[in-house]
Amino acid sequence: MSTTIAPGREAVRAADRVTAARRRVSIGETIAQTLTMAWRAVKKMRRNPEQFFDVALQPILFTAMFAYIFGGAIAGDVESYLPLMIPGILAQTVLTTCMVTGTQLREDMEKGVFDRFKSLPIARIAPLAGPMVADLLRYTIAATLTFGMGLVMGYRPGGGAGGVLAAILLAIFTGWSLAWIFTWIGTIARSAQAVQGISMMILFPLTFLSNAFVPVDTLPDWLAAFVRINPVSHLVTAARDLANSALVSSEVAWTLLACVVVIVIFAPLSVRSYKRHM
Amino acid sequence: MREALGGKAFVRAEGTGRSVKPGRGWGETRGVDSGGMSITELGRTGGSSVLDGGIEPAVRAQGLVKAFGEHRAVDGIDLEVRPGEIFGVLGPNGAGKTTTLRMLATLLKIDAGRAEIFGVDVAGNPHVIRQLVGVTGQYASVDEHLTARENLWLFSRLQGIAAPRARRIATELLGQFGLEEAADKPIAQFSGGMRRRLDLAASLITRPPLIFLDEPTTGLDPRTRGQMWDTIRGLVADGCTLLLTTQYLDEADQLADRVAVIDHGRKVAEGTPDELKTAVGNSTLQLLLAEPDEVPVAAEVVRRVLGSEPVLSPEQGRLNVPLDQADLAADVLIALRTAGVSISSVSVAKPSLDEVFLALTGHETDASGKDGGNGTEESR
Repeated sequence: MSTTIAPGREAVRAADRVTAARRRVSIGETIAQTLTMAWRAVKKMRRNPEQFFDVALQPILFTAMFAYIFGGAIAGDVESYLPLMIPGILAQTVLTTCMVTGTQLREDMEKGVFDRFKSLPIARIAPLAGPMVADLLRYTIAATLTFGMGLVMGYRPGGGAGGVLAAILLAIFTGWSLAWIFTWIGTIARSAQAVQGISMMILFPLTFLSNAFVPVDTLPDWLAAFVRINPVSHLVTAARDLANSALVSSEVAWTLLACVVVIVIFAPLSVRSYKRHM
Repeated sequence: MREALGGKAFVRAEGTGRSVKPGRGWGETRGVDSGGMSITELGRTGGSSVLDGGIEPAVRAQGLVKAFGEHRAVDGIDLEVRPGEIFGVLGPNGAGKTTTLRMLATLLKIDAGRAEIFGVDVAGNPHVIRQLVGVTGQYASVDEHLTARENLWLFSRLQGIAAPRARRIATELLGQFGLEEAADKPIAQFSGGMRRRLDLAASLITRPPLIFLDEPTTGLDPRTRGQMWDTIRGLVADGCTLLLTTQYLDEADQLADRVAVIDHGRKVAEGTPDELKTAVGNSTLQLLLAEPDEVPVAAEVVRRVLGSEPVLSPEQGRLNVPLDQADLAADVLIALRTAGVSISSVSVAKPSLDEVFLALTGHETDASGKDGGNGTEESR
């Protein structure tokens, strides 16, 4: 720790402060500040449990709902639909969760406290990166609950604990990567409501125009073409392979590649547009 | 650092005439006894020698310009704030006060001109400036979702203060600003005055040598406002320099050592509150007679001595006598005693800053609303 504070009983001495001032933020400080901002985000989540409603209720509700509605039609019965559907719900839940990242960032930026963050000698990226770290917790809860609900309904993943864990980790990473898209929207949109609106428009096609709930071969050709390149489809297929047969297929690689592409494009965009506000 | 600078402790203790308990850790850095807002009782040490020998001005701005599209919110403002003083920036809604402050605090880009804080260029070294300046905004910039204690902890930790020390600082500041009882309640339950105090406390965590206060008492009730004023005076006793904006003329009069009057993004006057008043007008002798019946007699005496016409309020036994020079008051008083008129109270008043402002800018202030310009000033 350096001399941000001049302790002791002496009066504040400006000249000493100028000499002691650091010129720039170090990597170590950036990480520490990001973790502090993550602490803040977790505190906020605990203070507002309704923030967990989507994370907690959606997997439970959707799993039950979709299983009983589509189960019979698509797979003959609920039991045999679960291995197909649970990874689909997993992808959908994680995506919904990462959409919230953008909305909350926008809300944060409109608050008075953001002015203080700007006036503090901290890394400009910390208020952006902190919540994204904290959101890992939300992805973990969402993913775990999805599988938990599946197990309750009779889903017995063939991939065992290892396969399920791998599927969860992949989903968390995908969620974190795709969150950069919504973060970027959060930094460019005019209001939190606008972020929500835009995000929904992206989210719905991405989740429903995928193989999350129905087999691709039941779709018309033009739609199947889109569904096959949709990164969500890759995530769903990869998660199915992992959870149901502990198989690390090439779909895992495709998913990771899609994630990296998203990060490479949207992380710099977000940071740049965010810095304009800082 | 503590040891190296320990010898400077006399500066504040001497000026305040209060005993400072030694060796209690962070808390007594402010020369404050525990409990309440006792910081407010501290006097002023005054003088730039408290700081760094007055070598560098705390703020030096030359030709500052900020334009939002066609609108030049700040249009060539020069400021020089001496270390250890309270400098007031006074102006009506949308005059450019907040914009000026935000530029100096690195929150807004400086479009033209140059600003230095303690000799450090603002545009070139934003990170250094942020370590030297504590900013308390017009609207309380604390986290609504956290408690008061958590807020102070958050801002301490962000500035690299180790956890145990951050905890101690939070406790000390909460005590100092009379927030112990509410320390662990959500900010949402705080009154306006409490939020402002917390906001100010958050600006003081690292004891920055320069503090910006943007309209510190806008929207506060008179009692809370008085408390805030006391707190602000106490800060200077601690060796800080203060730059505050206000649209309240009495606030500038009460607090500021020097005042710059700003209107339409330009500085229209600068000086001590007294200088500004003297520059604008004369004094007024206010007399309250023991016997209201004697008002006509007293008026006649005034006419004879000064040759000018007093303003009478016979039913209250009151006379207001305009004076070219304040010392003419003595002549009037002597003549009244000779005439056997007894007086129950007497005062010589200088014109209010309201009158000053009217004379300088040609229009009156509008202290009723918020600083209307700021909404657009912050637009992106």
